[in-house]
Amino acid sequence: MKVLAISGSLRRDSHNTALLRAASERMPAGVELELWDGLKAVPPYDEDDDVELAPAAVTALRSAVAGADAVLFATPEYNHSVPGSLKNAVDWVSRPLADNPLRSKPVAVIGASTGIFGAVWAQAELRKVLGALGARVLDHELAVGQAAQRISGGSVGDPEVLAELGDLVGELANAVYARREAVAAA
Amino acid sequence: MSTSTIAAPAGTWQLDKVHSSIAFQVPYLAGAFNGSFREFDGKLDLSDDGASLTGTAKVASVDVKDDNLSAHLQSPDFFDAESYPELSFTSDRIALDGESVEVSGEITIKGVTKQLAATGAAHGPVANLQGNDSLRLQLATTIDRTAFGVSWNAELPGGGQALSNDVTILAELYFVKEA
Repeated sequence: MKVLAISGSLRRDSHNTALLRAASERMPAGVELELWDGLKAVPPYDEDDDVELAPAAVTALRSAVAGADAVLFATPEYNHSVPGSLKNAVDWVSRPLADNPLRSKPVAVIGASTGIFGAVWAQAELRKVLGALGARVLDHELAVGQAAQRISGGSVGDPEVLAELGDLVGELANAVYARREAVAAA
Repeated sequence: MSTSTIAAPAGTWQLDKVHSSIAFQVPYLAGAFNGSFREFDGKLDLSDDGASLTGTAKVASVDVKDDNLSAHLQSPDFFDAESYPELSFTSDRIALDGESVEVSGEITIKGVTKQLAATGAAHGPVANLQGNDSLRLQLATTIDRTAFGVSWNAELPGGGQALSNDVTILAELYFVKEA
């Protein structure tokens, strides 16, 4: 099983990317996490460019999502919402809506911020967006507030965050198994 | 009110899918969303012991006037067509009083089964152009979609929710008796 991890932060020492790296070390047996690092190359969405030969960065993103069994998003919060670059990438993946590669796919959203709230509004908005485009969105929320104290040097030091991260990726893997069973039974 | 007695010949009556429709209406803002299912099937069995009505509809065939809405309806936010491709109904009681009819039974939506009662009118039997008996049932009922896990909604900027929880199901069923 493959989980694609997408960080909404481009910063080299991003707390959100650090969370995803920590998640990769806590995956259940048989589950591999692939960190996608192409966000900066995705151009702004333009329907005129959304043609059969889409921009290379978009094609790469769409195939990475299509090839994954689940997607784990980590989002920072900009002005109480999802960073524009991340929303833009999700918008590209969502077209055309009826057969986009996130459709029915289990997804989870986590987030970190240096403030006390841990990007809860950005997470809620991203969940809403993912639901609207047809993904199977986990309710499980992981809000890592005061990230500068809990994540340093690219490493997550807080044992509670690590434990919750482990629970969340386990739940995401279970959602993939449940989807396979539901499809087989349908 | 008489129970399970339709004044029509006993036997199996197949649904004429061309002349039948299964539609739904959900209040949305100040208006309503109207939709229907293109693919469905059903039959009516009449015997001296009573009557039974069964039917199914394919979630993938949902027909609304907007492609994006259709795609959203297929998703886990609404019907989750991938996991629950069919809706189904099985009656446990059909009661007729003149032209009025009441059908009660179990409906299954998104894997959740609930009891419901639908009311409406029965017309016929009338011999169709091929000489086979035909019968028409018009049924309506209202369900709470959230009881079936179809719970999506959106907060309106001025307060309140965009979409009603109550959904009216309208079935226009036209049956032809097997020869």
